[in-house]
Amino acid sequence: MFRYLIRRLLQMVLTFFGATFIVYALMFANQTDPIQALAGERPITDSQRLALTERYHLDEPFLGQYWHYMKGLLTGDFGISLTNRKISEMMADAWPVTIRLALIAIVIVAIVAIVAGVISGIRRGGTFDNVTLVLTLVVLSMPIVVLAPLARLVFGIQLGWFPPTATRDAGFYELLLPALVLGSLVVATELRVTRSAVAENLRSDYVRTARAKGLTRQRVVGVHVLRNSLIPVVTLIGVDLGNLMSGAIVTEGVFNIPGVGFNLFRAIKTEDGPLVVGFVSVLVIVFLMVNLLVDLLYAALDPRIRYE
Amino acid sequence: MSDPQAVTTAESAVGRDKPRSLAGDAWRDLRRNKIFWVAAVLVTVFVVMAIVPAVFGAGDPRDCALSRQHDGPSGNAFFGYDFQGCDVYAKAVYGARNSILVGLLSTLLAGTIGLIMGLTAGYFGGWVDAVLSRGIDVVLGLPFLLAAIVLARRLSSDPSNNGFWAVIVTLGFLGWTTAARVMRSSVIASKNQDYVAAARMLGSGPARLMMKHILPNSTAAFIVVLTILLGTNIATEATLTFLGVGLKGDAISWGIMINEAGPNVRTAAEPLVWPSVFLALTVLAFIMLGDAVRDAFDPKLR
Repeated sequence: MFRYLIRRLLQMVLTFFGATFIVYALMFANQTDPIQALAGERPITDSQRLALTERYHLDEPFLGQYWHYMKGLLTGDFGISLTNRKISEMMADAWPVTIRLALIAIVIVAIVAIVAGVISGIRRGGTFDNVTLVLTLVVLSMPIVVLAPLARLVFGIQLGWFPPTATRDAGFYELLLPALVLGSLVVATELRVTRSAVAENLRSDYVRTARAKGLTRQRVVGVHVLRNSLIPVVTLIGVDLGNLMSGAIVTEGVFNIPGVGFNLFRAIKTEDGPLVVGFVSVLVIVFLMVNLLVDLLYAALDPRIRYE
Repeated sequence: MSDPQAVTTAESAVGRDKPRSLAGDAWRDLRRNKIFWVAAVLVTVFVVMAIVPAVFGAGDPRDCALSRQHDGPSGNAFFGYDFQGCDVYAKAVYGARNSILVGLLSTLLAGTIGLIMGLTAGYFGGWVDAVLSRGIDVVLGLPFLLAAIVLARRLSSDPSNNGFWAVIVTLGFLGWTTAARVMRSSVIASKNQDYVAAARMLGSGPARLMMKHILPNSTAAFIVVLTILLGTNIATEATLTFLGVGLKGDAISWGIMINEAGPNVRTAAEPLVWPSVFLALTVLAFIMLGDAVRDAFDPKLR
């Protein structure tokens, strides 16, 4: 376990610096006028120019700039938007509603994926299984830019079942439709992984032993098979988080939910470069941290991993 | 000689029993797969739409008049007119070209990078593999869309272009990792085979070994990954365009149409619905195709 931990942490450090370096380099390196690039096509005044040069240390060599950027990230200073708001404050404002949205989505996904995954895993090749497989394929290939506006149009506006927009203090009901849209991004993969894990575990020796001991079918499936089948699903959490982040940008933008994704959506629209860099950097860090935790959790859940 | 009929029957009997190649086996499987046919028909329709949009009887997508704003469907414009008074059907049909072209070219770029990286890492192993694999880890460590937003924004900062190449380069440079991993693992699996050893003893150099002996046996999985990537790249292009960092300006694109129709959806739904349907069907078609081909080549996965 210890060796695994060390190796994984070293890998994490490398990925962390690599990823932030790429994001930073993409934003600033090799540009004739990085300040104009930050502001996009907006005109920029001399005083703004001076302030931006100072803020981003653009008069220093590139590695120096990167050093300042990293120092800011690690001390919680993510910079200031072009509209002169502190990015850390904007984030603090935006997180609660995004976290609520993501939690609702994850709970729905977990229920649907596990229930449907177990059923189709047990009855492999049956009607339910075949229908689910085709459905997951369709859901899997539905781009979020199609799903979010169409869901809002049909269920929010035409049928009027759900409110088409949400506020900062939105409750469960207001967030339900966007959460369903968001959840559809990850439900298909989770369902498929659960299904194949269940089908594989049903054939394993310990299940035969459990059956031979005379345990009921319910106990065999609900305890023995399910617990072992959920291990691979755990690893998906890390990958899913990336999908949920990308999905949140479009979903929150379409449904006007003032969360993290919406802020990023608006930052791109208004060409607020510092805001984009700040938000993206924080999200990348969150993504890397969660992936590290997931890997450690995976090693704790499945002892076979540690000895690899 | 006396009975030519018998000879032909015997030959065809031999032909039936002849062991089929992997590709032949896969093709036999594919032909019986309904999903494959649905996907193939859809792909053909959209590819034809991208090459010769005129055959679909659409009008001029750039012929817009504000006087027709949000007019309903008619014989001239099957899906009605959008906010600018442009024919929605014509724009949707002509939008196929940008989507499929961006999808194809970015997949080609991602495939080339993935091929080179995977082949090099898998063939040479050792420290080369270690360095390249860590490189793959770093790119995979980035949340895809977030990195794509930053990269596309950076590449299309020059206002004179319409973002076409920026999107292709973005998707290509961020999307090669899966292809590289698949390539790497199948190269590792096949490089220790006897026929590769035999070729090496006969004096083949690394380049010849890779191109002639290892590569042909690693292509099936690789092509499947690329087909699915083509579908997801089309979806990501639309997402980037929708967010405003993809195709821009006067480009005709489904992402732009969806974005522009959004605010006016209460007065006119068609300008939002139809590009969405076209986009979803195209993405679905390529992903279904990839899925069906994978099932055919690797029945174990079913």
